[in-house]
This record gives sequence, structure tokens and C-alpha cells, in this order.
Amino acid sequence: MFSTFSIAVTALMRNKMRSLLTMLGIIIGVAAVVIMQAMGMGATAYVGEAISGLGTNMLIAAPGASRNFGPPTFGVPLFTLSDVEALQRRAHDLDRVAPVNTRMLRVVAGANNRNVNAAGVTPEYFDIRQWNVVLGRSLTADDNRRAAAVCVIGQTVSDALAINEAPIGKDMRVHDLPCRVVGVLETKGSSAFGMDQDDIVFMPFATFSRRIIGNDRVGTIMASALSENRIDDAKRAMTAILHVRRHIADGEEDDFAVRDPREVQALLQKVTGMLTTVLAGVAAISLLVGGIGIMNIMLVSVTERTREIGIRLAVGARSDDILGQFLIEAMALCVLGGLLGVAVGLGAAFGVAHLIHVPFVLPALAIPIAFGVSVLVGVTFGVFPARKAAHLNPLAALRFE
Amino acid sequence: MTAPGDPAAPLMPLLSLRSVSKIYGQQLSAVRALDNINLDIEAGEFISITGPSGSGKSTVMSILGCLESPSAGEYRIEGIPVQELPPDTLAVLRNARFGFVFQTFNLLARTSAVENVALPLVYAGVGAGERRRRARAALAAVGLADRCDARPNQLSGGEQQRVAIARAIINNPEIILADEPTGNLDSKRGAEIMQIITDLNHTSGITILMVTHDPAWAAYAPRQVVFRDGHIVDDKGRSS
Repeated sequence: MFSTFSIAVTALMRNKMRSLLTMLGIIIGVAAVVIMQAMGMGATAYVGEAISGLGTNMLIAAPGASRNFGPPTFGVPLFTLSDVEALQRRAHDLDRVAPVNTRMLRVVAGANNRNVNAAGVTPEYFDIRQWNVVLGRSLTADDNRRAAAVCVIGQTVSDALAINEAPIGKDMRVHDLPCRVVGVLETKGSSAFGMDQDDIVFMPFATFSRRIIGNDRVGTIMASALSENRIDDAKRAMTAILHVRRHIADGEEDDFAVRDPREVQALLQKVTGMLTTVLAGVAAISLLVGGIGIMNIMLVSVTERTREIGIRLAVGARSDDILGQFLIEAMALCVLGGLLGVAVGLGAAFGVAHLIHVPFVLPALAIPIAFGVSVLVGVTFGVFPARKAAHLNPLAALRFE
Repeated sequence: MTAPGDPAAPLMPLLSLRSVSKIYGQQLSAVRALDNINLDIEAGEFISITGPSGSGKSTVMSILGCLESPSAGEYRIEGIPVQELPPDTLAVLRNARFGFVFQTFNLLARTSAVENVALPLVYAGVGAGERRRRARAALAAVGLADRCDARPNQLSGGEQQRVAIARAIINNPEIILADEPTGNLDSKRGAEIMQIITDLNHTSGITILMVTHDPAWAAYAPRQVVFRDGHIVDDKGRSS
């Protein structure tokens, strides 16, 4: 057994370049399996982190068709502040409810300016998002009552406007409204969709409505359920209340949707799943093509070494000895290709994870699977050439030129 | 079948061909390489086979060496009909009882002399250390003790043929089949090879069949068989 193995390895080492090229299909296939697994697991871990950062019992109501994610549908009426009050009063599974309006606005501080996502919110918003200030204070109910010209900013904005040294009390202009910075929020990082959550300015809802956009319609309503296991009840209650308040006729589809982060997670997992399927397809095709390549090169090798086979048969090799020799050679090619593929795959997965700031997860399961598959490919595609070698006529093989 | 050593058994030749024919090709293009041959070979004989090319002398060697089977007739080794044996048993026979020496040496390229010599032992299931030890001894026996690690392309023709002889004797065969062993060598190297072969017959008692077209080499053998057109036309010095 061992000597058969060493015969095979010696034969492969004689044709290093050819062996390497032959292995390429297997290398790519196995690398794809490893990358697929690593990226899938990395994305899941990343989404998990991002979602738990949102708060696990958060609910978002937005106008528009209820089924699909995507850009908001135009022509659908927004919510009103009385909708918010009604939810606060009547949905008993809800803890906090906050109206949210957002706009991209130009913010100017001294010589610096930046287009940022500006939002008008009530103080409850920060409870729902579990988002605290690291400097100064958060927005208060009093700010809202007075429609005070104050704001709380994210870390990215603080950096970009170069007011990092002493941001509190700085005056800046938000869309021409002079506004005083009262707090800086803790860093949240990027969202599940890859947006920088710290590139934001928060103002009291009343200030934002009256002094910037000029009406007090509500774009989205954010709420938190009393606890994570009451999130479904809370969602049903919210939907029912809004359904009545927006006068949706029975049997007609709601022109708004209430969503929770688990749906976002499910969507992202669907996308990840699709990517995984594509990569799995690439891996399967690559392994198939790689296997055919190995069969091809093994057939060439059998022809080239017909005399060698004749000599071995003449001195007493049985057909199984020859079969084993060529089968092990094909398997050695695949296993070596598999090992290189695992190395390439891990390297690529690590590089990509680093590049797009996703956690790198070692795909422990993918490695034995990739290895097993490459051995299987070696046997499957090695059998035909090896049988051809084993059934050569000794005399004809000896006389082969 | 009678057991060897049974006093009632008739004395059995080591190798025996009865009415053996070998036909290559089919119908109109068929070539009758051997035509109804009878040949008995006793243990310990040294036989030369001569004849013009195409006379069937190489074919008879292939059949005797179990490398191919006759189209008709019967080949027996110690009374056992060879045709009835499965290919793997023939492989074991070749491994254990025959040694082959070819005109073109037929060594594995890019493989050292000692590994070439040890090759039959790989298939005999001998362990690596033992293989090496015996291969070195066999190389020493043919005068190549100092060329163990040389590859065929680093050896002269005469040296390569001596490696091939070492490979042929490594598993202590009873019979050596040598097909034109001196065909690719000059007369000096040829004489060296003939000396080794003759010694194997004299000192080790190995049965030797040697195909040659040169009457001078054929004269080394006490028994000389001549082939022509697939027939045996002469058989001199046969031991009775």
C-alpha cells in the first residue's frame, strides 16, 4: 500500500507543472466551497451582531405596500402625530412609541460642511434604539415642547465637521437653521445594510417638523415591545390600530407595513442563501470540470506509461496492483488539489472578510467536506483510466512504442 | 493430476507445449506465427532458439512466459494446463517462477538500478528493507555493486542488461527467458552477458531459454532449437 502510494507521488512529482494545472479545477472548486461556507457564516454572524444592535424588540411602521421591502411607495399618506398618540394609549404590548422623520440635509459648522442624514425624533426614540450619549445630554421632552434649536450628533458627523475637540455647545447650521449641539452619541458602526449609522444628526421632532420641513406628518413610527416574546402581539396590535385609523376597507390590502428586525434578518439570510447557492454551483461545476481534467490527464499518463505498465505486468504485477497505482495517483492529485484549495479558500475568505469588515469565521465543517469531495472526485474520475491501465495485455504493453 | 514425487507418475517435463499454434489477425490477413509446435523442456536445461525473423521464436517465448496464450494446443507447467489459470495467477507465476531478459532491457526510466532490480519483490509482497538488501546482493552478483543508485540513462548498454539480469534473478526463479539478450550489445559486452547467463545455468541450475539470431551465441547452449515459418526444423543436443 505504502509503496503504491510512493510510486504515485514520485510519478506526480516528475510532472510538477502538469500536475498543478490538472489540479486547478479541484483547487478552484474546493476554494469555492471554503469561501462559500466562510462568507455564509461570517455574514450570518455579522447580521446577528447588527440586528442585536438595533434592539431585538423594535418595531417599525412605514407607509407603503406591506409585502415588499424597497423604496417607499409614493402617493401613500404618511402617519400623523395622533396615530402615534393612539398607539401609545391603546397598544398595551408596546413600551415606547416615537415618530421619526428623516431628510438628507446640509450641515455647516465653521468652514466645514457635510450632507448628512438628519432626523426629527422624540426622546423615546433613543430608548427604543438603546442609544446613549457619550458627551453632553440627549434630547428631552422639553426640547420638543419648545421646538428648541438643539441637536444631538453622531460620531462621524462630529469628526467630519472637525468639532471633535469640544463639540458640546458648538453652533452649526442645519439647512439654514442655527442649531446648538447638546450631545454626541456613542458609536454604533455600520447597519445590517452597510450604512454608517453614526453619520446622523438628531433634532427634536417639533423643531424638525415646524422649522425645517414645514409640516408635522410622520414618515415612520418606531416602537418597542414590552419584551421580546410580546413582539408578535405588539405587531398585531399596531397593525390593527393603524388599520382602523387609516380607514382601510375590509379585504383591502394595508397601505402600510409593520416590520421587526427579524424580518430584516430573514431577508439578509435569503440574500446570503442565494449567494451561497451561486457559489455552490460554481464549486460543483468546477469540481466536475476538474474531475474531467484529471481523467483526461490520467488517460494521457496511462498511454505514456504503457511500456512501464508492461514491465510491471511482466515481473508479476496483478491487475489490481496497476489499478491501485493509477487510482492512488488520481486521488493524490485530488487530495493535494483539495489541500491547496482549502488554503486558497481560507486565504481569500480571510482577505475578503477583512476588506468588507465582516467577522472572519473559520468554516470548520467545510474543510473535511471539501477534502472528502476531492477524494470522491479522484476515485470517480480515476477509475476509468486506472481500469484501462489494469486491463492492458502484458505483451502488447511491453511492445508499445 | 498426480502429485510431484509420486513414484507412479511418469517423469514430467518442467515446461511442455503440445500441438501449440498461435495465429495473429483474422481470416485473410491471419498470420500463423506458430504452427502445431511440440516442445518439452526439462528442469536445468540451457536451450538456444534460433531462426530467421518471423519464424515464431519470440512468440514461443511469450507463450512460455505466460505473457500470452496459444490460439490452439496446450501449454503445461509441471503438468498444469496454463490456459485454465486466471490472469492474476499468471501474474503470480511470472513473478515467482520466471525471470525475463529483453533485447531492449526494459528498465523503468528515471528509477535507480536498485529500485529496478527490486521491482518483482514489490509485487511479491516483500518489505522495503528486505527488498533493498536483496537487490543490492543481486546487483553485486552481476558485478554492479558500485552502481546501485545509477539510473538507466547513466549506465552503458552492457550495464543495463546486467541490471535486467539482476531483476530477473531477484526472486529466485526456476526459468529465465532471454529474448535476444545480446542483440543491442557489441561482441565484448555480449560475451560478458553470455558468461553471466551460462553461470546462472551451471552454478544455480536455472533453466534457460535464449532466443538469438547469432549462431555464435547459440553455441553456448547445449541444446539448440531452430525455428522456421512457425515450425521447429531442428532440435540438437536434446537431453533424453
